[in-house]
Amino acid sequence: MNVTLKIWRQKNAQAKGKFKTYPLQDVSPEMSVLEMLDYLNMQLIEKGDAPVAFEHDCREGICGTCGLYINGRPHGPMRNTTTCELHMRAFKDGEIIYIEPWRARAFPVLKDLIVDRSSFERIMHTAGFISINTGSAPEANSTPVSKIIADKAFDAAVCIGCGACVAACKNSSAMLYAAAKIAQYAMIPQGKVEAKERVDKMVRQMDAEGFGFCSNTYGCEFDCPKGISVDFIALMNREFFSSKVCKQKHK
Amino acid sequence: MALAGIFLMLFLVSHLLTNLLMLAGDEGKAFDQAVELLGHPAVKIVEYILFAAFLVHILLGVLLQLINYNARPVKYKKAPRTEISTFSRYMFHTGVIILVFLVIHLINFFFVRLGWAPLPEYAEHSHDFRSMAVVLFQNPWYSGFYVVCMLFLGFHLKHAFQSAFQSLGLNHTKYTPAIKIIGTLYAIFISVGFAIIPVYFLFFYSS
Amino acid sequence: MQQLNSKIPEGPLADKWSRYKASLRLVSPANKKKLEIIVVGTGLAGASAASALGELGYKVKAFCFQDSPRRAHSVAAQGGINAAKNYKNDNDSIYRLFFDTIKGGDYRAREANVYRAAEVSNLVIDHYTALGVPFARDYGGALDTRSFGGVQVSRTFYAKGQTGQQCLLGAYSSLTRQIAKGTVKMFSRRDMLDLVIVEGKARGIITRNLVSGELERHSAHAVVLATGGYGTVFYLSTLGLGSNASAAWNAHKKGALFANPSFIQIHPTSIPVLNDYQCKLTLMSESLRNDGRVWVSKEKGDKRHPTEIPEEERDYYLERKYPAFGNLVPRDVASRAAKERCDAGYGAGDSGLSVYLDFKDAIDAHGKKAIQDKYGNLFEMYEKITGINPYNQPMRIYPAGHYTMGGLWVDYNLMTTIPGLFAIGESNFSDHGANRLGANSLMQCSGDGYFILPNTIGDYLADEIRTGKIPTDQQPFKEAEKGVEEKIQKFMAIGGRKSASSFHKRLGKIMWDHCGMRRDAEGLQKGKELLNELEEEFWKDLRIPGNDREINQELEKAFKVADFFEVGRLMCEDAIQREESCGAHFREEHQTETGEAKRDDKNFAYVAAWEYKGHREKPDMHKEPLRFEHVEIKERSYK
Repeated sequence: MNVTLKIWRQKNAQAKGKFKTYPLQDVSPEMSVLEMLDYLNMQLIEKGDAPVAFEHDCREGICGTCGLYINGRPHGPMRNTTTCELHMRAFKDGEIIYIEPWRARAFPVLKDLIVDRSSFERIMHTAGFISINTGSAPEANSTPVSKIIADKAFDAAVCIGCGACVAACKNSSAMLYAAAKIAQYAMIPQGKVEAKERVDKMVRQMDAEGFGFCSNTYGCEFDCPKGISVDFIALMNREFFSSKVCKQKHK
Repeated sequence: MALAGIFLMLFLVSHLLTNLLMLAGDEGKAFDQAVELLGHPAVKIVEYILFAAFLVHILLGVLLQLINYNARPVKYKKAPRTEISTFSRYMFHTGVIILVFLVIHLINFFFVRLGWAPLPEYAEHSHDFRSMAVVLFQNPWYSGFYVVCMLFLGFHLKHAFQSAFQSLGLNHTKYTPAIKIIGTLYAIFISVGFAIIPVYFLFFYSS
Repeated sequence: MQQLNSKIPEGPLADKWSRYKASLRLVSPANKKKLEIIVVGTGLAGASAASALGELGYKVKAFCFQDSPRRAHSVAAQGGINAAKNYKNDNDSIYRLFFDTIKGGDYRAREANVYRAAEVSNLVIDHYTALGVPFARDYGGALDTRSFGGVQVSRTFYAKGQTGQQCLLGAYSSLTRQIAKGTVKMFSRRDMLDLVIVEGKARGIITRNLVSGELERHSAHAVVLATGGYGTVFYLSTLGLGSNASAAWNAHKKGALFANPSFIQIHPTSIPVLNDYQCKLTLMSESLRNDGRVWVSKEKGDKRHPTEIPEEERDYYLERKYPAFGNLVPRDVASRAAKERCDAGYGAGDSGLSVYLDFKDAIDAHGKKAIQDKYGNLFEMYEKITGINPYNQPMRIYPAGHYTMGGLWVDYNLMTTIPGLFAIGESNFSDHGANRLGANSLMQCSGDGYFILPNTIGDYLADEIRTGKIPTDQQPFKEAEKGVEEKIQKFMAIGGRKSASSFHKRLGKIMWDHCGMRRDAEGLQKGKELLNELEEEFWKDLRIPGNDREINQELEKAFKVADFFEVGRLMCEDAIQREESCGAHFREEHQTETGEAKRDDKNFAYVAAWEYKGHREKPDMHKEPLRFEHVEIKERSYK
């Protein structure tokens, strides 16, 4: 199949970017989108042009590195699919495919399709953990956790940190990302100990990073490649209010 | 935002129920009695709270919109295709329309009561909202504008109702689906309820 | 070269570690604050080590090439993590986990190291649970386990098919906590391009900042490599595309011995190659073989649609050849059997390089729902990639490079032959012998990082408390940086026509054909020659567009590919000297009459540790004899 690619090219963080058009012939429908870009890059390199910079690693939908905004949607037109899992058979022969980077103040573009997601890291740095030192863990079965709760915590824990929720949100809000981690820990007994402080710190950092606010459009859930539910955002909100109301002041 | 919104939604219910008294067929007696209550000190307090709620809701709405707009300084070049409900996408826009309506609405009614706007000659006194309404609604342009605004109010509320629950974290696998249905019914009830009044006065009422 | 001293403590097997630990020297909290440790790699081993060392009070600098530590390829492990908890009351024990690992590794691993890994496995599960890792649970609220990878007990803890992800995120969270506390300083988007040795000790690294392109010098009192395996030498593998051998190889070139490089596990159930530009093979969990039946057509070159091939014309070759274990034979056996059928011309698909994995019988017997509950996510993944619905027609699978048992040689302290340089996780060689058992890699990486290294490194650092801060303006740092800079300029100056990936792809093909699942002396020699030829072409015809002071992914790849030529040659060298078949290493010349691996315990029960002697120079081999005092060496049989 043949396709026409319109790809965002931007030399570096300071440069102004623009779309460049690349007609691409003999694309196999069996190729993933990233393999299609490899194929394009190989041709560009042989011609002496600069290849398109994009990030990727595991290419099986679990590391969260890849993330392209394809035809108006993060990770492209298929639901519950990361860019690396998206195959060219999802497109029509002759189709024009627009590929852009994630766009958000908190995700500045570094080059072409690569963005800096360190704002996500800084949210985690505030409290995205359970404070237990190596060696001080109790025997694993000493704290029973209901299977229903454990399964639910797992559903929140599957976040791959790709940033599609921010890219999909019309407000560039990172609520789903933060909520997934907060909810995972808030539900299980191990994480409850610090739950109140955690939600407070993480939400504050999220706001400081320049993400937008949630207006409950649920675009994040629609485009989350792991199908994480906005129910966790509600749970985070609940935690947040109860922390505001209940948290005692430290002397 | 959500808390103020919930208060406003409660207010809308009471406002609508009061207004519907105009259609009671008693030449507005019940309605006038209800209006009398506005002078009660307790209602006065609620009125101040209401003002605060409006102010908070509007200011926060504008502030959030600014922050949200700024959170993506470079927009996508290809129009987003993430599927989200139209109601939720245009909350700010419907909000602005409602705000415009609110201003006109206040000038027409509330400011008269406060004496900030001149008393129209057809009204008996500053509390004679029914007469004011009857005259205004018999103007098809005004009624049309009113009905359209109520439609947008309905759109706003359709998303607002369940959104408020979500924002407050009042989410439950069992009850949330019901809340969504109730939200839709509520939005229809409010917008249709308010819209009936001008329609009635325009087409079915003769003094 | 010094004699290899594995420092395995004396005494009964079960007491070795606890006695040894008690004899290790300590560093006082006040002194720990003065000591710096570099940890390269933030996968399960690196993240756990960095966080545990940070908790102890050392000043840790952690490095990864990804934008976040959470993306290391440990994230992709699917099946589970083993521990000897015996929660199922099925008579499991530390000894049994140790025994299964030694046996599974075809008696080419060190007893003491393996026993220790089994011993700390229980602590690992306790720790992850406390960190909030959502392992599967049963209705009573206790942790669930399953049987995995051909062992007879249920000792595998799991979180659906994403155990690696969940464990890594657990380790990442503990690392994050130390970053927040300031005990660990995180350097992401950095490639380690050289190791710095000062007066015989590992003292630092040279990194390239992948965003700015600047070279940086980092110093420390000890360097820990947790940089994973070199399976991407095959180009097509189940590994992440960024995985590479360069950090370990730099260390090797600076004097660290590299052990058993030819031991690479080929996983039998990956999705086959579907197009020419594919650069990654996706793994389908081994657990699928519990219910799926593997077959090919009895007719050569059969191009019929699989559903049109009638039952009597199908060859269920695993069941035919290994009636006792059938479809559940270990990975190496299943992989070789698939290759044998395909090489003989019976393979499925257009390329003839795949076999069928059929669920029809299982669906008929248990119903679609039951299969869906067990493998739903895997079936979805298969359909996403291939566009084929495996409920209606059989999957196609083929073996793919997966895990490297070989790696940097380390002693019982996990220290390489360079003082102060430690290697943990997949980057060392120590625990899996010639073949790794399923769910043992997460166990080893976590054990090394959380519970072993933090103890043993203290013994080394006890001598460093008077060293003081190590300046980076010393000559060795300058020289190392200059060497890297020269190499960069050399790459940039080639100005040829071909991309680094195109060379990598050809390199991978050479390795797969000549040093893959089945090897022979002639082919291995040939492989070495082909590598030499390709390497020459590489240095003449490589093109790297752009410049080196910006994001330049082609330059990053060039470093990796350049090292893989050397890694590949060493793998061939190692495979040539090992005149036996064991585990993943299968020499055509050494097989039984029925075509099974034939081990030679008399002559080859040793670890081959290679010393670098220069580019294209023949490396020196050092032998570390393996002594088996607690297990009886037996032939593996799955008939």
